[in-house]
Amino acid sequence: MRTFDLSTTSLRDLNRALHAVEAGANDLDFEILNPRGAHAVAVGLDAPLRVVARGSVGYYCAGMNARATVIVHGSAGPGVAENIMSGEVIVKGDASQYAGATGRGGLLVIEGNASSRCGISMKGVDIVVRGRVGHMSAFMAQSGNLVICGDAGDALGDSIYEAKLFVRGAVKSLGADCIEKEMRPEHRATLAGLLARAGFDDVDPDEFRRFGSARKLYHFHIDNAETY
Amino acid sequence: MCGIVGLFLKDPALEPQLGALIAPMLASMSDRGPDSAGFAIYGAARESETKLTVQSKTPDESFGALQRGIVEAGLEARIERRETHAVVYAPAAAQAALAALIAAAPELRVMASGEAIEIYKEVGSPRDVAQRFDLAGMAGTHAIGHTRMATESAVTILGAHPFSTGPDQCLVHNGSLSNHNDLRRALRREGLRFETENDTEVAAAYLTQRMAQGRGLADALQDGLADLDGFYTFVVGARRGFAVLRDRIACKPAILAETDRYVAFGSEYRALVDLPGIEAARVWEPEPATVYAWEH
Repeated sequence: MRTFDLSTTSLRDLNRALHAVEAGANDLDFEILNPRGAHAVAVGLDAPLRVVARGSVGYYCAGMNARATVIVHGSAGPGVAENIMSGEVIVKGDASQYAGATGRGGLLVIEGNASSRCGISMKGVDIVVRGRVGHMSAFMAQSGNLVICGDAGDALGDSIYEAKLFVRGAVKSLGADCIEKEMRPEHRATLAGLLARAGFDDVDPDEFRRFGSARKLYHFHIDNAETY
Repeated sequence: MCGIVGLFLKDPALEPQLGALIAPMLASMSDRGPDSAGFAIYGAARESETKLTVQSKTPDESFGALQRGIVEAGLEARIERRETHAVVYAPAAAQAALAALIAAAPELRVMASGEAIEIYKEVGSPRDVAQRFDLAGMAGTHAIGHTRMATESAVTILGAHPFSTGPDQCLVHNGSLSNHNDLRRALRREGLRFETENDTEVAAAYLTQRMAQGRGLADALQDGLADLDGFYTFVVGARRGFAVLRDRIACKPAILAETDRYVAFGSEYRALVDLPGIEAARVWEPEPATVYAWEH
């Protein structure tokens, strides 16, 4: 395992070392000390690395992640795991705005709360949040699953396409074209699988409700012209 | 983009270190606002004495002339200079004559007035601005700092934050207001005076007007949710208080931290990492359209 202390090493050196790992390398473990809210920690990884940050990180941690596992023992600033392609990003604390935005694949787990716009425009990523999410979460969410074990803020799933939303707590309000939907056995199975992958063994999938698109907004219809 | 920092002390034992605690916070936000920087510090207040912070592009001449004017008029006032700024201390009885002296010197700009507030701002990197004024050596009860990346008006000292439009009041802003021209016209009609074309000054004056009408700081901010259109994270200082407000969309970042000893504000967590006991602090993002206020 290699350790980078960001109080003595530059962020550029860290990210360069993470990007330089070659196929077939044996030492895939990295530890980051003193991130102290630094931006762009462990962005653009594309190897099966295991990167552990010991402390809170700033903007865009693990952005564009592919194949790597990134674990933050602290909180994450805006845009954590933005456009994640695959792999896993685990935040032990809270996440700021637009966590997992536009993510195309992989898994993002937030063990604390997520702020506004969690999963905005998600395109295939799975996001599991232990706490609550802020307003406008899953705005224009296209595919993938967003699991919220706590409450959801205003306008959940506004203008949603085909992403599936699972909420255990209260929903303050639903956005345009987002409705509650039936929880069929296949949805319950997906949800149970995601909770298991996130390691949330104490959370009962039967306590969740499912939300998704009413599909009235994203095909143009003249009667909806006022809503666009 | 801009950077905001704020520190409101609950524990008086920290007051001598206020400047030393907030100076690195301000410097940490340099890349959010490299154009200019400023800060308001609420320091020791003396009974029946007010402080006036003035600024000049030609401080040697202007402050010298002001000193001569004070002596000639026999005013009981004294000047303490700090670089391009100076604080004039005067008893209430000397206020009117002092204001006339300052008004007659067009190169003097009043940055702030009140019992406790002092405001310093300059164009340049936040670290340099803090060093020029020796922020780290200042004491006080609470302070608010701002690093500016200009969007709505020119990069000048007057365009830098904090803006002060009433006694012991100040406001800093990250964002941009869209209805500031209309609102400025309306406030001018009601007698408020503006120094700049800056959007943030309008928000400050709006709060001043509301408080002059008897609204408290928190209530005035609540009113602002209906009347101020645009993006904003505001941090507001008053004689004894400190408040935070984000607009309904809350795109502009904000983090609060609270311990038994202080309340701290940062645009980012980076600004807070060196505060004592931050590891154990309650750290959270203020909710949209929600007023947070603390008072001594």
